[in-house]
Amino acid sequence: MLNRKEILETIDMVEKEHFDVRTITMGISLLPCVREDAKTTAELCYDRICQKAEKIVKVASDLEAEYGIPIINKRVSITPASLLTSSFCGKEVTLAKALDRAAKTVGVDFLGGYSALVQKGMTSYERSFIESIPEALAVTDRMCSSVNVGSSKAGINMDAVRLMGEIIKATAEKTKERDGFGCAKLVVFCNAVEDNPFMAGAFHGLSEGETVINVGVSGPGVVHHALKSMKGASVDEIAETIKKTAFKITRAGQLIAKEASKRLNAEFGIVDLSLAPTPVMGDSVAHILEEIGLDSVGGHGTTAALAMLNDAVKKGGVMASSNVGGLSGAFIPVSEDIGMIRAAEKGAISLSKLEAMTCVCSVGIDMVAVPGDTPATTLAGMIADEAAIGMINNKTTAVRVIPVPNKGVGDTVEFGGLLGTAPIMEVSPYGCSSFINRGGRMPAPIHSNKN
Amino acid sequence: MKVIVTVIGKDKPGIIAKVSTALAQNNVNIEDISQTIMQGNFTMLMQCDIEKASLTLKGLKSALLSLGEEIGVSIHVQHEDIFNAMHKI
Repeated sequence: MLNRKEILETIDMVEKEHFDVRTITMGISLLPCVREDAKTTAELCYDRICQKAEKIVKVASDLEAEYGIPIINKRVSITPASLLTSSFCGKEVTLAKALDRAAKTVGVDFLGGYSALVQKGMTSYERSFIESIPEALAVTDRMCSSVNVGSSKAGINMDAVRLMGEIIKATAEKTKERDGFGCAKLVVFCNAVEDNPFMAGAFHGLSEGETVINVGVSGPGVVHHALKSMKGASVDEIAETIKKTAFKITRAGQLIAKEASKRLNAEFGIVDLSLAPTPVMGDSVAHILEEIGLDSVGGHGTTAALAMLNDAVKKGGVMASSNVGGLSGAFIPVSEDIGMIRAAEKGAISLSKLEAMTCVCSVGIDMVAVPGDTPATTLAGMIADEAAIGMINNKTTAVRVIPVPNKGVGDTVEFGGLLGTAPIMEVSPYGCSSFINRGGRMPAPIHSNKN
Repeated sequence: MKVIVTVIGKDKPGIIAKVSTALAQNNVNIEDISQTIMQGNFTMLMQCDIEKASLTLKGLKSALLSLGEEIGVSIHVQHEDIFNAMHKI
């Protein structure tokens, strides 16, 4: 018989501490669907997604019932779409619409992979593809897009950085009646990973198998709860508790991932150990940091506390899963975390502090709303800064920023659901257009030469 | 398939009788059982075999959920693997 305390602990995690499997994401290779014309390619992609992911929603619901762990999102990620559209430049949106339709047919929450990888160079078809992103995001509902502009091995493609500043502005403009919502589905990466199950940055990398299941676990509430009873404990004791908690939640993710891949006839890819917050009370990464002892997230000490949290989550998770991957770390999206929203509202957290935090955790400047009149070159500057942090530190970094049309500091924007609410944050009034407009390629750092 | 049935709620006479009757009616075999009062709450854990049950796991879950509502306790049914995965190395 199992231990009573352990059974009740699991039940409490779900009932009171918002423990869930955040996403089951099926990665599907769409390379076999490439044809010369947009219409045929789009149709073949639609058919392949519908066929491969047909059962994902049902399987997730069965697993949820059997194991008693909620599975919040079902998602699909695909081969970076810029590799599918080279023969029909200018007609990429035809494919975008088909992808969105496929997502709706199979019933997944989001489909990721309207993506391009241009960290070193950009072909003419990739440029055409990237230029299609604003329109593609405006005419679709569930499709997400990402562009990788740098890597530790290749350096930073500054032409792509400049272009992405403009693309973000154009996406906000195209979706202005929804406060620039399109930008919430667009992320710019450095060192993008091929097996990320989380949106908006998921895509199915070229080195992946035909169909792969990647699972993202979550549980900020569980970690927060575990720390509540540790008043006065030393930092190493706190780290130990976080590690143990991360182990348990990752084991649940591993079990679900294995079962899901078996039932969906797909390869088991990875478990992503990220702590992903939601705007719901009790599901906040910021509140964990405050429980550790900060008066407010964003104050001095935040980066250190976050570094410890992130590292402890990884250490616990790595032992719990046979294959760990994706982003694996704590997420700090502003609009999706009630503690971050509050800190932004009272001015406790700034973009500069967020940037510092991204040096020690997953992702980067995430779900941050900025004034609509922020110049494209300033957005590009933010991207360049984050990409530089990623490139130099051999880690993934990203920017998902929303320049909200016709709104400024002091206004708030409501995206709803998991995407939450974002107070508009102040950006530096000092521009960097001459730097950004230089273009070119930032050479790879010296430590990339390891051979 | 082995499942763990967890019954938690305010103590009163007849909870064990009603839950085990419902399990018996659906041909669910109880293999182990443990019951106690924790912080004033009735807490019962049962390890059951549902291999020969007349309902699917989903069906059993919803039957026990409505029984739980009727007698004022919360009843969970979960595959035992989830607990093994989370708490055993």
